[in-house]
Amino acid sequence: MATDVNGAAEQSGGLVFHPMDQFIIKPLFGEGGVGIFTVTNITFWMAITVLATIALLVLGSSRRSTIPGRVQSIAELAYGFIRKMVEDVAGRDALPYFPYIMTIFMFVVMANFVGLLPGAFTSTSHIGVTAVLALLVFFSVTIIGFVKHGAGFLGLFWINAAPLPLRPILALIEVISYFVRPVSHSIRLAGNMMAGHAVMKVFAAFAPMIILSTGLGLIVTPLSILAIAAIYALEILVAFIQAYVFTILTCVYLKDALHPAH
Amino acid sequence: MATQTVDATAGHVSPIALEESGRCIDSHGGAIGLPQLCPEWMANQIFWLIVALVVIFYVLSRIALPRIAAILAERQGTITNDLAAAEDLKVKARKAEAAYDKALADARRDAQAIVAQTKLDIKADLDEAMAHADAEIAAKAAEGEKAIGEIRAGALDAVKDVAKDAAREIVAAMGSHAEPATVDAAVASQMKG
Repeated sequence: MATDVNGAAEQSGGLVFHPMDQFIIKPLFGEGGVGIFTVTNITFWMAITVLATIALLVLGSSRRSTIPGRVQSIAELAYGFIRKMVEDVAGRDALPYFPYIMTIFMFVVMANFVGLLPGAFTSTSHIGVTAVLALLVFFSVTIIGFVKHGAGFLGLFWINAAPLPLRPILALIEVISYFVRPVSHSIRLAGNMMAGHAVMKVFAAFAPMIILSTGLGLIVTPLSILAIAAIYALEILVAFIQAYVFTILTCVYLKDALHPAH
Repeated sequence: MATQTVDATAGHVSPIALEESGRCIDSHGGAIGLPQLCPEWMANQIFWLIVALVVIFYVLSRIALPRIAAILAERQGTITNDLAAAEDLKVKARKAEAAYDKALADARRDAQAIVAQTKLDIKADLDEAMAHADAEIAAKAAEGEKAIGEIRAGALDAVKDVAKDAAREIVAAMGSHAEPATVDAAVASQMKG
């Protein structure tokens, strides 16, 4: 991988590829190892994420104006968007869980967008972060399902519409797919965020080509800058879409817990 | 690939070996493999993620969401009230329009009645005046006719007198003598004939 080339490239004074270095977690103050409570760059950027969420939803709505300003409009838009999603996808009886889903959406969307600031750290590009989010959803949905329906929740895996001989096989497939959910749920988000940022870094590494070789640089440097701009635009889209996908899947899983019958 | 060169020049163990030994950063501060999979950092990420989620959840469920819900409800209320008020005003406007139309129609009808009445009055006055004038004219005409009759009679008498006088004078001038009565009778018979 690119990391293998790092040392060699640095020594020969060539292009420097560190596409993965942006994901390194390091202590914010001082040197040393990263313990569980160490204040790290992930702490800092998650704090920024939290503050951005508060700025949008709390400060934005602090004027409580009947005719909303810009920030309040966005806050109301986000509120209405997720509330409608919960209501449409998971049903009206899922509305008590709306603050929970809104928390997940606001965290993911804000972390994605904050991560797009130049030089920022994207906490949602870490599989550890998204896995915890996905597992939280997985466990809460499973618990809600069993609390609401008891053993009836297992009906989710027993498809009554299918012919009887097929049902055990389908049940096995359903169970497997149920347990694969948190994996796909978390890897989809982390993978998308990581890939986009890594690709941008790779293009960024090509950008100083003009310093090394003028002839080649005249072609490569503008192309890579153009590519960075294009990927950045795509990443803005991806940042929102992945947050949307993560949230809507949460709603779909919640719907399964509330209405396990197929 | 380049791993060998790095090892040879920098003189440290290969990244693969570092990764296997649980390290995530090489001596240059670069990442070894995927930083996402570094076990050393997992606990830190998870801890701070939980903190962030708890803070967001607390702020959202205690402050932001109820407030936004209140704002939206208030706006919905305001809109509903305004719509109701608008509906009220519309009904009022319609009533006012009907009243105006009615008043206009009444006024028009009254005006027509007044016009008709006035026309009748004027006609009556006119007829009366005409009758009066006709009568006056008739009286005047009668008077005039009478005067003309008198004048005509007077003129006939005067002609008779003149004729008689002239006949007498003619008779006298011719030297004969005649009784005035005879002359008058002769003149009168002559004039009739």
